[in-house]
Formats: sequence, C-alpha cells, structure tokens
Amino acid sequence: MEIKLKVWKQKDAVSEGRLIDYNVNHVSPDMSFLEMFDVLNEELIVKGEEPIAFDHDCREGICGMCSMVINGRPHGPLEGVTTCQLHMRSFKDGDTIVVEPWRAQAFPVLKDLVVNRTAFDRIIAAGGFISVNTGNAQDANNLPIKKEDADDAFMSASCIGCGACVAACKNASAMLFVSAKVSQLAKLPQGQPERYTRVAAMVAQMDKEGFGACTNTGACSAECPKEISLTNIALMNRDYMQAKFLENE
Amino acid sequence: MNWFTQAFSSTIGKKLVMGFTGLFLILFLIVHCGINCLVFLCDDGELFNKAAHFMGTNFFIRAGEIVLFAALIWHVVQSAIVTRTNAKARPVGYAYNKNSSPWYSRSMGLLGTLILMFLIIHLAHFWVQSRFVGLDSIKYQGEHYDDLYVLMMETFSNLWVVIIYFLAMISLSYHLLHGFQSAFQTLGINHKKYTPFIKLLGTIYSILIPLLFAIMPIVLYLKGLGCCQ
Repeated sequence: MEIKLKVWKQKDAVSEGRLIDYNVNHVSPDMSFLEMFDVLNEELIVKGEEPIAFDHDCREGICGMCSMVINGRPHGPLEGVTTCQLHMRSFKDGDTIVVEPWRAQAFPVLKDLVVNRTAFDRIIAAGGFISVNTGNAQDANNLPIKKEDADDAFMSASCIGCGACVAACKNASAMLFVSAKVSQLAKLPQGQPERYTRVAAMVAQMDKEGFGACTNTGACSAECPKEISLTNIALMNRDYMQAKFLENE
Repeated sequence: MNWFTQAFSSTIGKKLVMGFTGLFLILFLIVHCGINCLVFLCDDGELFNKAAHFMGTNFFIRAGEIVLFAALIWHVVQSAIVTRTNAKARPVGYAYNKNSSPWYSRSMGLLGTLILMFLIIHLAHFWVQSRFVGLDSIKYQGEHYDDLYVLMMETFSNLWVVIIYFLAMISLSYHLLHGFQSAFQTLGINHKKYTPFIKLLGTIYSILIPLLFAIMPIVLYLKGLGCCQ
C-alpha cells in the first residue's frame, strides 16, 4: 500500500506547528498504525530528517499511552479501538490520512503528536484513590459486593485514561474520564468513606486544569476506545450534588 | 469562596443551572401551548380570551411570570458563561474534524440564539402590547375582556410573521430534542429503567409542542382569509 500522510509537526511547546506532507510506500495492510509510523520514522532517520514524535507504550490497547486524532477521530475510524490496535487494512491504497495531536488547553502539545496529559494525573492525585491504613490487607471475600455493582465498577475501571474523550469533546471536557474514576470507586464498598470528598476534590481539580463543561453530546463515549458509558457522568453529577448540598464538602 | 458559590461556579454546577432552568422552561411551554390551543376553536376567540384574562389577572400566575423571566434570563446568561468556558478549553481546533455527535447537540448555542431573537420579536408582538400598550376590549356575557385574539389575528395576517414563527419553531424543536434528555442526564437522572422512556418522551415533546405552536399562526392566517366561518 501507498499512504499519503498530513502530520502535525511542532518543534516544542512554545513553537508554532503545522501540517507536513509525507509519503509512506511499502505499507503492509497487516501493520498497525504505529508500525506504519515506525517505518516512516526509520526512513526519515536514514534521510537525515527529524522523525515524528508520538506517544506509545504497550501496543496492546491497554496502557492508554497512544493518542493521535486520525482523520478527525481520536484513535481513528474503528469503534472501541486504540491507535496501536488500528491496522492499515482499515485504509485504502492511496488514502490521504490527517494525523493531529489531542487538542485541549489542558493537554498542551509538547512536540509533534505528543501532548502533556499530566492534568489527568493531578486529577487522580486529588482524590481518585482509596486511603488504606498499614497492616495486612483483609481477605477480599470478607466484603460482599453485588455482582451487578462489581460488573459496573469493572466497566468504569476499564478506562485507560488515554484522553480520547477530551480530544473528541467539542468542549474539551474531561467529564467522561473523571466520572469513570469516580464511579469505579463509588460502586465499591472500599470507596464509600471518601466517596463525597473524592468527587468534590476531583471535580475542583478538573476545573482548575481548564477542561470544559459537559454538554451531553455523547462524542466522548462514541470515541472512547473502552466504550465508557455516559451513565458514569450522571452518577458523578448525582454524587457531586450530594457532596455539595447534603454532605459537608 | 463559600460552598454555595463554589458549587455553582464549578463546571457541573453551571450545567445544573442549565438543566433546572431548562426543565422549568419546558414545563412552561406545556402550559403556554395548552392555553394557546384554544385558538383552534371556531368561537372567535371567546374561550381563548377568557383563559388569557385568567392568566393575566391571577396572582399566582403573575408571580410565576416573574419566576419565568428570571429562569429564562438565568438560562441565557449561564449558557453564555458555559460557552465561554468551553471555548477557552480548546484554543486550537482540529484541521480535520469528523464529529460523532448529532449536529443539533453541538449547536445548542446557535439554536438558542435564534430562539432568543424570536422571543424578542414574540414578546414585542404580544407581551409588550398586552402589558404596556393596551388591547381592544370585547364584551362576553356583559363583562369586559382584553381582546388578545384579535391582536393575534392581526399579527398573523402578515405572511412574513407566519414564516418567521414557523422557522423559529424548527429551531425550538431541535433545541428541545437535545435539551430535554440532556437536562435529565445533567441532573443525574440516568437509569436503565427510566432513561429509554425519558428519551422517547423527550422526542415526542420536542416534535409535538413546537408543531402545535407552528400550526397556530398558520391556522390564524387561514382564519383571516375567511376559513372557519
């Protein structure tokens, strides 16, 4: 296959960037999208040009490191798939593909397609955890959990924190990510003691980072590689109301 | 910042205001539409004028009118604030954007602006006339009533006004199509059992109410041409 790319190139966080044209020849349909970039970068290095910087790690669809807005869609055209699990067979020979970084005030571009997603880390650090005293962990089976709640918590926990929800949202809102993290713990008994402190702190941090407000367009959930549901956002809003108006937060 | 202002200045708090005021306006539209449906009767507007008289003189309805204006203004001002926050959240846009959400969900600001422009015209047509300018009087069973019906007949004898009202109701329909179910979601009402019903009800409401409103000017225009005699 032969692929034409228009890739966002930006020297560093303060420089202006722009779309640059590249041609990639000898692309195998079995290559992943990232492997196609590896091939291109090898060629660029051999030619003495600067390779394209992009984020990646596990390449198994579970780490949440890869990003890239491919032809206007975070993680590309497939449903429920990360960029690393997108293969070139999803494109046609001769296609032109536009590749851009996540766009959000809270995710500044560091270089080319790499954005700084530490805003998510700070939201987690604000309350997305359970405080555990030292000593032996008790037997997990001591805490009965309803099967349905365990399943829901697991669904929420499948969020890999990649930021595709922010990239897809017209308001660059992080509500799907934050709500998944809030719900995951709100559904389990271990999360109850800090339930309302957590939601208040995480929402405050989310706002401080400069993410937008949710207008329920549903683009986040549609583009989420883990298909996180909008019901998480409703739960977070309920918990936030309880935290602010009924609890002492 | 105390807990109250903190809650309402958060992104969730701002949206809660949009949801609550939106649902209140949705309730108002049912009352407004229900009463206005009386113009469909072929009684030269007698029952409609009597209903309008009740609405204009009842203490609780008049007090509710103040709450209604407050909710409307809050809805509009808050939407401007949310839009500004959201625009700041993405200073650099995409060169190539393929949206995976319905166009009207993304265009609530535009649709809302069109509705607001319509509301100014609509209030000038009827609310300003009946509250401040004064209406013709008509006698039913020996009692005097304001003849709001004849003002409607006059206003909708102009075909352009009928067209503007019709177009505005299309904007309203799309605004509600997103707004109705979105308000419930924002207020945290999302449940496996009830959400499908809320979405269905929202779709029916968003089509039925604006449709009834859109038909009114057309019917009155036709009545003016001599139908319904």
